Amino acid sequence: MAILGAINPMLSVGLDGDNAWRLADYVKRGGYTALRRILEEKVSQGDVINEVKKSVLRGRGGAGFPTGLKWSFMPRSFPGDKYVVCNSDEGEPGTFKDRDILRYNPHSVIEGMAIAAYAMGAGRGYNYIHGEVWEIYQRFEEALDEARAAGFIGNDLLGSGFSFDLFAHHGYGAYICGEETALLESIEGKKGQPRFKPPFPASFGLYGKPTTINNTETFASIPYIMNLGGESYLEAGKANNGGTKLFSVSGHVNRPGNYEVPLGTPFATLLEMAGGMRAGRKLKACIPGGSSAPVVPAATMMDCTMDYDSISKAGSMLGSGAVIVMDETTCMVKALERLSFFYYEESCGQCTPCREGTSWLYKVVQRIEGGQGRSDDLELLASVTTNIMGRTICALGDAASMPVQSFIKHFRDEFAYHIEHRKCLVPVDVQRAGSGFFTATA
Amino acid sequence: MLTSESLKRIDREIAKYPADQKQSAVMAALAIAQEEQGWLPSEAIESVANYLGMAPIAAYEVASFYNMYDLRPVGKYKVSVCTNLPCMLSGGVDAGEYLKQKLGIGYNETTPDGLITLKESECMGACGDAPVVIINNRRMCSWMQPEQIDKLLAELK
Repeated sequence: MAILGAINPMLSVGLDGDNAWRLADYVKRGGYTALRRILEEKVSQGDVINEVKKSVLRGRGGAGFPTGLKWSFMPRSFPGDKYVVCNSDEGEPGTFKDRDILRYNPHSVIEGMAIAAYAMGAGRGYNYIHGEVWEIYQRFEEALDEARAAGFIGNDLLGSGFSFDLFAHHGYGAYICGEETALLESIEGKKGQPRFKPPFPASFGLYGKPTTINNTETFASIPYIMNLGGESYLEAGKANNGGTKLFSVSGHVNRPGNYEVPLGTPFATLLEMAGGMRAGRKLKACIPGGSSAPVVPAATMMDCTMDYDSISKAGSMLGSGAVIVMDETTCMVKALERLSFFYYEESCGQCTPCREGTSWLYKVVQRIEGGQGRSDDLELLASVTTNIMGRTICALGDAASMPVQSFIKHFRDEFAYHIEHRKCLVPVDVQRAGSGFFTATA
Repeated sequence: MLTSESLKRIDREIAKYPADQKQSAVMAALAIAQEEQGWLPSEAIESVANYLGMAPIAAYEVASFYNMYDLRPVGKYKVSVCTNLPCMLSGGVDAGEYLKQKLGIGYNETTPDGLITLKESECMGACGDAPVVIINNRRMCSWMQPEQIDKLLAELK
C-alpha cells in the first residue's frame, strides 16, 4: 500500500513509494533543515515548545492531547537522564498510518524525535515498533544507521554540543503496549501491564526517569511545524485542530488506504477519495477513530467533518484517524462479536473489571450472534459495561465497553431481532458478498 | 545452548540500552531464540534469562505475555491470518476459512507433515491490505485473495 491520496499534504509531499525513504531523498525534500537551524541558531528550548503549542498539534495516537503542552510537563532543568519515546505500536484495529510513515518517511520521525529531545533536554530515545511489521522495523534500523552516520543523531549533533541517541525496540504482539505506561514496562523487559497514574511519565517514566511519549505521526509532524511556523501549520487545519492528518480508511470502500487531508475535511470528501462505497452499496455505519471509538450511523457520519471536535460532537472520537467503513451487508452483531473477542483476548488481566468484564462481553455477544441470546442480554451487556468503565487502571476497559454501548444504542433493533429470531437480519450470503473475497479475482 | 551467532545478535540488542538495563533486551533475545529453535522450549527461555542476568520466571512471564512467542512447537511455517473487524470486512475471515479448507486443519493445528501451523491473529496494523497473512512472524503478505493464497501455499510446500 501507499499513501493513496492527499489534499494540501505535508507529511506525504515528495514521497514515491519505496523509492524515496532514504536520507538523501529526505534531505532533498528539505529534511533535517529544521533540526540544523535549531542547533546552529541555538533556538531556546522554550521557543521550540512555544512553536509546537502555537501549531495546536494534537497527539495523533488517539487521545488528541496537545503536544506542546505535554512537552512543557517535562522538567527541563532536571539534571539526570531523560527520555523521549515514540509509540509506533500501532495495533488499534483500523489503524495503519504509522506503518506507512515509517516505511516511506522514516527520517521525519527521527528528525522530529531529535527536535523533541532537544526541546526537553533528553539524551536518549526509543521507537517502539509494532511486532507484526518486522520489515518496517528493519527499515527503521537502516534509517537510524544513516542518520547516525550523517551526525543527525549520536554524540554532539552537528557540532552543537547536544547529544541524542535513538534506538528501535521491536514489540512482539500485545495490543496493550500501545498504552504508554505498558509500553514503558515493555521496553524495560517486562510484561506490558499499565502503571498507576500518577506519577505520570513526565516525572517517572522509562527506568523511573522523566519521559515523554508521542505517537509516530506526531513526531513526524514536528519538522514540518518548525519549517512552516506554528501558525501556518494551525491554519492548514482548522481552529483548535491544527494541521493535516493521515486517515487510514478500511472496510467497504473501493480503495482502502491512507489519505492525508487537512483536519476539518468533510467525511464525504474522504470517502470519495477512497473510491466511494464498494460495488456502489449504501453506507450503514462508520467507526471514525479506530475500533475503540463509538460507532456512528451513516446519516450522522455524512454530516461530519474529520476533526477532533466534529467527531466528538457526533458522539464518537477521532482517535487514531482509523476510519472503518461498513456498508449494508454488515451484520452489526457479528461486527461487535469480533471486536469484543479482540478486547477479551488483549485485556492484560491486571484489573478484575476488565479481565472478567471483557470475557462476559464477548460471551454474551457471541451467544446473541450464535442464536442463543436471552431476552435480558442487552440489559446485561449494559450493566457489564458500566461496571467496567472508570474502574480500571488504563483505558482498555473503556475501549472494550464503548463499542458495545454504541452498537446497541444505534442498532438496537438488529440486536433484538437476533435475540428474538435467533438469526441475522442481514442474510448470510449477503454478508459474504460484502467482503468481496471470492469475487475480487473473478 | 544458544548458538554464538544468536548470542552475537543478542549482544547487539543489549547495546541499545543503558548498561544496567540488560533486561530490556529480553523481548528481542526471546525472538532470536525462537527464530533459532522454531519455538521457545523452557530451556531456551532459561538460557536467555541466564544470559541477561534475570530470573527465568521473569523471562517466562514475558514469553507467555506476548502473542508472537510460541511456547509449543509449531510447523516449519506458522501462517497467521488477521480476522479482526477491518480485515473481516475485506475478506479476512473468508481467507482464514479458505486456508483451513486448503490445509485440512483448523486454527492452532498443524498439518500432519509438520509443515504448516495455522493461527488466527489480531490486528497487524495493515488493515488497508486485507486480507493479510504473516509467515513466521516476519514476512507479511498483503491482499491475499484465493489466487494469492494458492500461490503462497505452493511456494511453502
